[in-house]
Amino acid sequence: MNAPMTFDSHNGGGGIAERLVVIGNGMAGCRAVEEILARDPGRFQITIFGAEPRVNYNRIMLSPVLAGEKQFDDIVINTEAWYDENGITLISGDPVTQIDRATQTVIAQSGRVEPYDRLLIATGSDPFIIPVPGANLPGVVTFRDLDDVDKMLAAAERGGAAVVIGGGLLGLEAAHGLSLRGMKVTVVHLMPTLMERQLDEAAGWLLKAELERRGQTILTGSDTAEIMEASGHVAGVRLKDGREIPADIVVMAVGIRPATALGRSAGLDVERGIMVDDHMVTSDPAIMAVGECVQHRGACYGLVAPLWDMCRALADAACGAPSGYEGSVTSTKLKVSGIDLFSAGDFSGGDGAEDIVMRDAARGIYKRVIVKEDRLVGAVLYGDTADGSWYFDLLKKGEDVSDIREALIFGQAFASGGALADPNAAVAALSDDAEICGCNGVSKGTVVKTIAAGACSLDAVRSQCKASASCGSCTGLVESLLQLALGDDIRSGPKTVCKCTSFSHDDVRRLILEKDLRAIPQVMQELHWTTPDGCSSCRPALNYYLLCAWPGEYEDDQKSRFVNERMHANIQKDGTYSVVPRMWGGLTNPRELRAIADVVEKYDAPMVKVTGGQRLDIFGIKKEDLPAVWADLNAAGMVSGHAYGKSLRTVKTCVGSEWCRFGTQDSTGLGVKAEEMTWGSWMPHKFKIAVSGCPRNCAEATIKDFGIICVDSGYELHVGGNGGIKVRVTDLLGKVTTEEEALEVCAAFIQLYREQAHYLERTAPWIERVGLDHVKAGLFDDPDAVRKLAARFRYSQQFMQDDPWAERAAGKDAELHQHLAEVRPLEFV
Amino acid sequence: MICQKDVGLWLDIGPVDQIAPGNARTLPVRGGEEIAVFHTVDNRFFALVNKCPHKQGPLSQGIVHGNVVTCPLHNWNISLKTGEALGDDEGCVPTIPLKVDAGRIYLLREAVVPNLKRKAA
Repeated sequence: MNAPMTFDSHNGGGGIAERLVVIGNGMAGCRAVEEILARDPGRFQITIFGAEPRVNYNRIMLSPVLAGEKQFDDIVINTEAWYDENGITLISGDPVTQIDRATQTVIAQSGRVEPYDRLLIATGSDPFIIPVPGANLPGVVTFRDLDDVDKMLAAAERGGAAVVIGGGLLGLEAAHGLSLRGMKVTVVHLMPTLMERQLDEAAGWLLKAELERRGQTILTGSDTAEIMEASGHVAGVRLKDGREIPADIVVMAVGIRPATALGRSAGLDVERGIMVDDHMVTSDPAIMAVGECVQHRGACYGLVAPLWDMCRALADAACGAPSGYEGSVTSTKLKVSGIDLFSAGDFSGGDGAEDIVMRDAARGIYKRVIVKEDRLVGAVLYGDTADGSWYFDLLKKGEDVSDIREALIFGQAFASGGALADPNAAVAALSDDAEICGCNGVSKGTVVKTIAAGACSLDAVRSQCKASASCGSCTGLVESLLQLALGDDIRSGPKTVCKCTSFSHDDVRRLILEKDLRAIPQVMQELHWTTPDGCSSCRPALNYYLLCAWPGEYEDDQKSRFVNERMHANIQKDGTYSVVPRMWGGLTNPRELRAIADVVEKYDAPMVKVTGGQRLDIFGIKKEDLPAVWADLNAAGMVSGHAYGKSLRTVKTCVGSEWCRFGTQDSTGLGVKAEEMTWGSWMPHKFKIAVSGCPRNCAEATIKDFGIICVDSGYELHVGGNGGIKVRVTDLLGKVTTEEEALEVCAAFIQLYREQAHYLERTAPWIERVGLDHVKAGLFDDPDAVRKLAARFRYSQQFMQDDPWAERAAGKDAELHQHLAEVRPLEFV
Repeated sequence: MICQKDVGLWLDIGPVDQIAPGNARTLPVRGGEEIAVFHTVDNRFFALVNKCPHKQGPLSQGIVHGNVVTCPLHNWNISLKTGEALGDDEGCVPTIPLKVDAGRIYLLREAVVPNLKRKAA
């Protein structure tokens, strides 16, 4: 029951003391009172109103209560005795409903009127309820106070499933508690990364993986459409993509809003929060405000640390010795046992900001500190947060860290170690039997001997003594040893994917399979990427490698695709696009030609051109018109020609035996079949096929990636041709007698190329690098190889052959095509 | 923060969720330069004139990594914070002061419409 409870105390003693009324018996209100009492205990006669029917407790410890790690008694800050001893009147369970500034009184729900000389508003914040149908159903709870915890505990008692909406700090703590209490928990989070305010993508991914390992289902990038009902109680959550998740309880933890209603209705200046100055005084000099309900210098805080600073400044001012609050730098720790996570400051990187990243995949550690102008400005730690407080201290003090810059990422013990501040010196100081590579049990002495025996590069060390050849986490140590032994004589190893990693393309492809890596952030973590989210070189490469490794499972990452593949058209120098519909084998008909002509006129395309690959290219289409253009082309039966992709481009044909007096086989028919088999497939680079009907080779098949030349006795198969910057004539791969065999080898060759070539490597340089014998061996050494490779290609094609234009024309990813808005300023001036 | 005196100073261009992280969207300005508004993977927002300093490529269509966008035409890397070309390239594109408040994106009006004042006078 919420009947008002009153702890009357011996007030009225002094008579001259000012009357201080505090609205809010939470952490901010009580802390402010404590600070005032510590300075001048007799100054105020204090009355505290609390909405909850209980004494003051530590709200941030509700998570451990939910998780069963603490009891309510453990988290009480001030007992009844404290109010009593300090002469404070506590009116709990009777919230204040009105402030009358004219008469300087507050009026409570029960009708109680209390006069004040100074008033302190500490109403905190309210949980934000997303306005979806069903949000008010029984069984939908927030996570703000002890009553909410009780409701969750009662639900957990009954067992079943819980959905937590919101993957921020609070939501994850609620999910953790419910999960420990035996519920099947699903977290629904709008953004693609958990705790995106505090974590970067890499740390967010690690967190997600760990929570999933613990049995929670984490749905990121998921928007709630509706809370479903059954017999008057919550029954589940329906997402906007149509998925339904059954639930016996739904916890809404999407965020908080400053509780400003009282201040607003009293006519105080309120924006997002109640506006206060540096002394926590509102627009009415008699009224102060503190905590999550305030807005100070434009900032509202939802964490506990700023409260302490605010309350100190408030008490200083209220007791006549104003100091001033200057805002807070905040840090975050997740209170989920067994998960160590810390973030502080600005981790958005940017100019002048230097990222220092350390990853230790074996131990699940990710550390990133951000240094700008020799000062530490941000830190994100996952897995090992021991140095969190040290970094936070450096950050708040703004100390010059240039002296310890090199060793900063290794933590306080390392960076403060004088001579050890140089990582090379630290490695030099290791004893000979110190273990360098844990995976392969290689000691420092062994590595040093290997280098002395002539291994002058990382790669040579890896191949000769296996140090850093497995997980790679000790690569830095091996590089230091090379540096110490050879100075500048280190030979660079194979070309790495980009500056973000020390791994080569081959290593990355191999490790994706070996380590079962299935997402870009996972690859970056496990392979120790030195940047938080890669660059424009590695992101498209990783996207392709994952897509190739896990067909049908890997979800394509649009933001890691080059513009043409994201827009399904070719960007031109003026920012417009050109559109090439597919014409199978270069064949077309009146209906298609009419549709193309209509599009050209309707969208006022300035140019149409016949391409080298026997297609028609429509130029000058604006990005916002693309979906409509595609819809028109689709209506005539045409699909994307993939003229924009690292993918199968075109199959060029000559007319062949059907018309040509020299033709030996049906080259057009075979070309159409080849195109039907291969269209839509993503490749390391663009891929062109041609089929010529006789050795006169009118389709120019000997400068294509895969060329077929028909002869009387069958089909010659040619590979690795290129008509680009460096013209290369194909190598003859072999000869087959039937169309079926020609297509089977074509599929197998493509799959070998897809699985082995480096991203952005055409077949010509690939074959020159690995040798034609290697390609032949891959295809023909095992008599089953062609069949197996072709089967893998066809399996992958099942998931590729959906026309991307049709999806866009139907409205998918519409935001990629539409402007945000248009600014038309001149009419208003 | 939008204060009463600021109304009109900042241009509200809508909620943050209309740009997915790692993406950019465009804002044509009648009588002015089209603006590209970026949302980085770590949840920062930036606005630049949508023209690469090199050959005027639409930066909104580039790959965004860290606080950098790579121009889709010739792979110049442009800082989202300063608009400057990075690495060995030289050039700079104007930035538009941007702020996010209560889930909405605001652009500094006079930077969006540089000749507003002159026309008003």
